[in-house]
Formats: sequence, C-alpha cells, structure tokens
Amino acid sequence: MQLFFDQFMNGIGAGVVFASVALALVIIYRTTGLLNFAQGEMALFSTFVAWWFTDRGLGVVAALLLTIVVSFVGGAVIERVLIRPVENSKSPLNVVIVTLGMFLAINALAALIFIKPGQEALQMPLLFPDGKTLGMQTATLGRAGILVAECVLLYLLLQKTKLGLMLRAVASNPESSKLVGINPGAMLMVGWAIASSIGAVAGVLAASRGTGSFDTSLMQQVLVYAFAAAALGGFDSPLGAVVGGLVVGVANSLTIQYIHALEGIELVVPFGLILVVLLVRPNGLFGRNVVERV
Amino acid sequence: MTAPTADAVPTIGSIAPRPAVPWVRIAVGIVVTIIAIRLPYYYSPETNQIFSKVLYLAIAAMGLNLLTGFNGQVSIGHGAFFGVGAFTSAILVVNHGWYLEATIPVAAVLAALLGVLVGFPALRVKGLYLALITLGLAVLFPSVVKKYVHGPGGIPLLRPSRLEVQSLISSIPDDIYQYYVCLGVLVLTFLLAANLMRSRTGRAIIAVRDQEVAASTVGVDVARVKVLTFALSAAYAGVAGSLSVLIERSADASNPLIYFQDSIEFLIAVVIGGAATITGPLLGAMLLVAIQKRTEGTDALAPALLGGALIAVVYVLPEGIVGGYRRAVVWARRRRGMGSSGDDPPASASAPEPPSSDPDLPAAPTPSPT
Repeated sequence: MQLFFDQFMNGIGAGVVFASVALALVIIYRTTGLLNFAQGEMALFSTFVAWWFTDRGLGVVAALLLTIVVSFVGGAVIERVLIRPVENSKSPLNVVIVTLGMFLAINALAALIFIKPGQEALQMPLLFPDGKTLGMQTATLGRAGILVAECVLLYLLLQKTKLGLMLRAVASNPESSKLVGINPGAMLMVGWAIASSIGAVAGVLAASRGTGSFDTSLMQQVLVYAFAAAALGGFDSPLGAVVGGLVVGVANSLTIQYIHALEGIELVVPFGLILVVLLVRPNGLFGRNVVERV
Repeated sequence: MTAPTADAVPTIGSIAPRPAVPWVRIAVGIVVTIIAIRLPYYYSPETNQIFSKVLYLAIAAMGLNLLTGFNGQVSIGHGAFFGVGAFTSAILVVNHGWYLEATIPVAAVLAALLGVLVGFPALRVKGLYLALITLGLAVLFPSVVKKYVHGPGGIPLLRPSRLEVQSLISSIPDDIYQYYVCLGVLVLTFLLAANLMRSRTGRAIIAVRDQEVAASTVGVDVARVKVLTFALSAAYAGVAGSLSVLIERSADASNPLIYFQDSIEFLIAVVIGGAATITGPLLGAMLLVAIQKRTEGTDALAPALLGGALIAVVYVLPEGIVGGYRRAVVWARRRRGMGSSGDDPPASASAPEPPSSDPDLPAAPTPSPT
C-alpha cells in the first residue's frame, strides 16, 4: 500500500509538469485556435533563463519570478513578430509550420546561447528541500502547491478581472468583441504571454525534478505527454488540462511500477487512454461540443 | 481602362476555340525527363544518395498530401507508417533473404493495414484530436519496435550488409541503381496520385474535405472514402520507408523521437511545396532537403537556420511553391493583358482562371485545405 501511495504521489509530481505545459497549450488554443508545437521549447528557453539568473547568484525563487516576467514579455513578442503575419493566412497549416520552425530554432538557440562547448548538462538548484512532510515527499507537495497556485491565479485573472473578461470575449467571438472596442490583437499577445509564463514555471519544475541536471532535450518528452493531457481533458478547457496532466502522470507512473509486460512501452498507456476517451467523447473529457452549421 | 475579363468570356453558343497543343508543357516534360535520367551520372555517389533521399521523401509527402491536403485529415504520425515500411523491408531482407525490391509491395500492404486500423477511429475523432492520436502512433512506434524486434546489430536495429542491397543490374553502379529505383517508384506513385485525383474517387476525396455532410447527401460514402484515403496514404509512406532502407541501409529506432521527426519532415514538405497540389510535395521535398543540406555543417546553428528558413518560406510563399507559381503566372498574364489592352486585348491572355500550362490539376475544385 505504501508503495502504491508513493508511486501515486510520484505520478502527481510528474503530472504537475504535464498539467502546466498542457495548461499553456490550452490557453493558446483558446485564444488563437492553434496548436503550439514550440510550447515545450519556449519553456526550455525560459528554464535556461532561470538557470542563468541562479548562475548570477540569485536565489532560485527570485530567479523563477524574474523568469516569469521575462517569459511574459518574450511570449508577447513572439506572438507579435512571428505568429501575427501568418495568423490570417488561408491555410491553417502555415501557422503549424511556423511553430515547428520555432521548435527547431529555439532549441538550437538555447543551446548556442547558454551551453558552453563541451558542456553536457546544466545544474538547476532544487526548488524544494529533500525530505518528507506528512509522510509525503516535500518536493511533490511543493510542486502540487505551485500548480494549485497557478490555477487559482489563472482562474482569478480569467473570471474576476476586466482583462480576463476581454480575453474570454476574444476567445469566444473575435468579431463581436472588436465591435465593443476590444483590440483582439492585443488580447492574442496577452494570451501568448500568459502561456509563455506558465510554460516557464513548468520548465523550472521539470528541471528541478530529481537531481536537477537538465539539457536541451528536457521538454521534448514532456511536450508529448502534455499533448496527451490536453487531448484527454479537451483542448478548450483549462480544468481539463490540469486533470488530464495529473491522470497521465499517475497512469504513467503506476504502469511503470505494476505492469511489467509494458516495460519500455509505457507510452502505450497515455495514448491508449486518449484513444478510449476520444472515441467516447470526441472533444475530450471537459471539452465543449462544437456545433457546425452546414 | 477596360476590364479584360469581360472580353475573355466567350458568348453562349459560340464554338469554344480548340485548345492549342501545349508545346511548352511537352518541352518542359522532355527536358525534365532527360535531366532526371542523366542527373546521377554527373554527381558523386554521396550526392546521388541525397537525390534518392529527396525522391523517397517526396513519395511519403505525396501520400501525406493525399490525406492532409486533399482529404483534410491532418496526420503528424506518418513517420510510423514510414517506419513500418522500413522495418518490413529490413526484416525480410536480413532475416529471410528477400530482394529488397520485392519487399516494397509487402511494405505497402502492411502500412496500408495499419492505416486502416488508424482510419477507423479517425471517423469519429477529428481535426486536432486526430492529429494527436497520430502523433501518439509516431512516438510509440520506436519503443514498440525496440521491445519486440531483435535484429542483428542491436539497437540501430538492422544494417543489411552491402551485398544484400546491391544493384541488380551489374552495368550500373550501386548509387545510380538506387536512384533509378527511387525514380521509377516515384513516377509510378506520382501517376497514380495524379490520375486518382482526376477520377470520381478523387473528387469524392476532395468533397469529403470541403463539406462532409453535403458529400454524403450526393451519395459519397464518407466513411469508406476516409478509411481508404488513410490506407492509401499510409501505403505511400510505407513504400517510402522501404526505399529508405535501400538508401540508408538501415532501419533505425534507437532515437525515440525519430519517426516523429520524419512525420514533421513530411508535413513540412507538403506545406512548403503546396498542400492539395500534385507536384507540390515533390518540390517541397527538394526545397526542404536543399535547405537542410545548406544549413548542415554549421553544427549547432544548423537547426536554428533550418527553423528560420522554414518560417521565412511560409512568409514568402504562404500557399507553397505551387501556389506561388500560380499566383506569379496569373499576375504576369494580367500585366501583359493590361499593357496591350489599349489596342485589342488578347482573349486568351487575360483569363482569371489559373493558367492552362499549369502542370497540376485544374485548381478550381481545390481552393485550400480546411
């Protein structure tokens, strides 16, 4: 029983990262209707920025907060400079190609800027001390706490502020929101900025897992799991992203522990899960049905 | 200023002018054929390998284009079908002593079967969600292979010795022979795709993309068309995978993301070439490999340059190479028409339709992929 509980909490610890990246994906999908393949690599770049701050002697928490600010600006700039020109192009595949281009470019740039030649991996200071609180790993509790804080802040922002109202208006009906004086372009920038900040948190959480050493491949597997999480929960539902992330994390960790027949192919479980869920509910667990007029 | 388009419309009842013999098209065709056949004799074996890579990449991209461009089902998992083809061929050659050329149809059939399996859930799951299921396929494939296939040589699973994939015709060197095999298969698959899209089935494939419900009301069996397109598209990728073993001499699954990266390459080739066009994927594959080779060797900077180049291509040619070409031709004709419109506008030069000398399908029923 103790083993099961430990594995479960382990899964939660990993799931927090998946949930955060999935949350960022969902925010961008809701505001712009596109799948951001570069989300993981943007988070990776933010992680490198955070590492740079700690390398300059800042505490890890201060570094994280500064990185969130930097990522916010960076996300807005990326939207304005790279995404805006292709946003209205006839083929939706064009934006996909741009995000794929960013995927390649950002990863390479991060390595070029931050990793010295000959260096294999970087070392991120741990966010939480080793040890146990209330019988659970302190780190897992802390990470879960960060996810909760993230969700609460996002909820307050989206539901209780005027900015959030404007963001939701643009997401649900860009034409009408323009008529009531909202600038959709600015809102898209804000959407990307928020997603980029959430990604930064996810990246730092991912890097500070275990021993804290990380390299440029940090987010690639995570991105795949985050896609799974977002598809599971429904691409237009932030709640779905969080639930999906935790489910995928726990399912993955329990599979590794208990189902030895799947050793080496644990990925079957999250994707099997998505397949089953999507066959029953084609828009994910929490997604809305899109009604199409013929 | 007269509106040249008004003059160009023939009055009802008049006999349409006989279309002239498309001399330009015939000449271009002959030149391209000669170049394609003579090409490998002027280059080193290494360069010929790159040409062969372009050819099999183009076959896979053509297959993906049938599905994503013409049928509107986005897949980012075609690398898995490619991998099925590659491993089918490699296993048959290494463990069972087949000729590689003989394994190509088997690879196509197996990939098509997997395509049917994926095509069925695709009936219910659409758009982004479908793309993600196919992504799962591409990511899963390498780990499944690693677990269940035990080829000689361990993790880089199969490296057939040179003998087993040697040229079957002794007068032609290996690299040129490989190039010709790829070229032959490309021509066959190209003709198949071009004719298919002009046929009744091809129109049905496009109709399903544009308006599923409307297609079904005029008697198109939507489910059958979708699953068939998936199978055919997967078969193309499987053939490409099989050819890749001929060129690369290995089927490799050591990198868990390798077939995801292949899927991405196919998609890039489709989009920069021009989605929902017949020649687009071939041109896209050429451009992609050209960019890759140009940026190679700059080491760490290479992926950054490749990524930047992709973004630049999408900015400059938002409808791909073929779309850009069509637009340039229309623009040039309109300018020519405007210039001489003072005297008598030439009737044929100002047609607003895409030009007849276009090597592609008539563009009318294929506006843009949804």
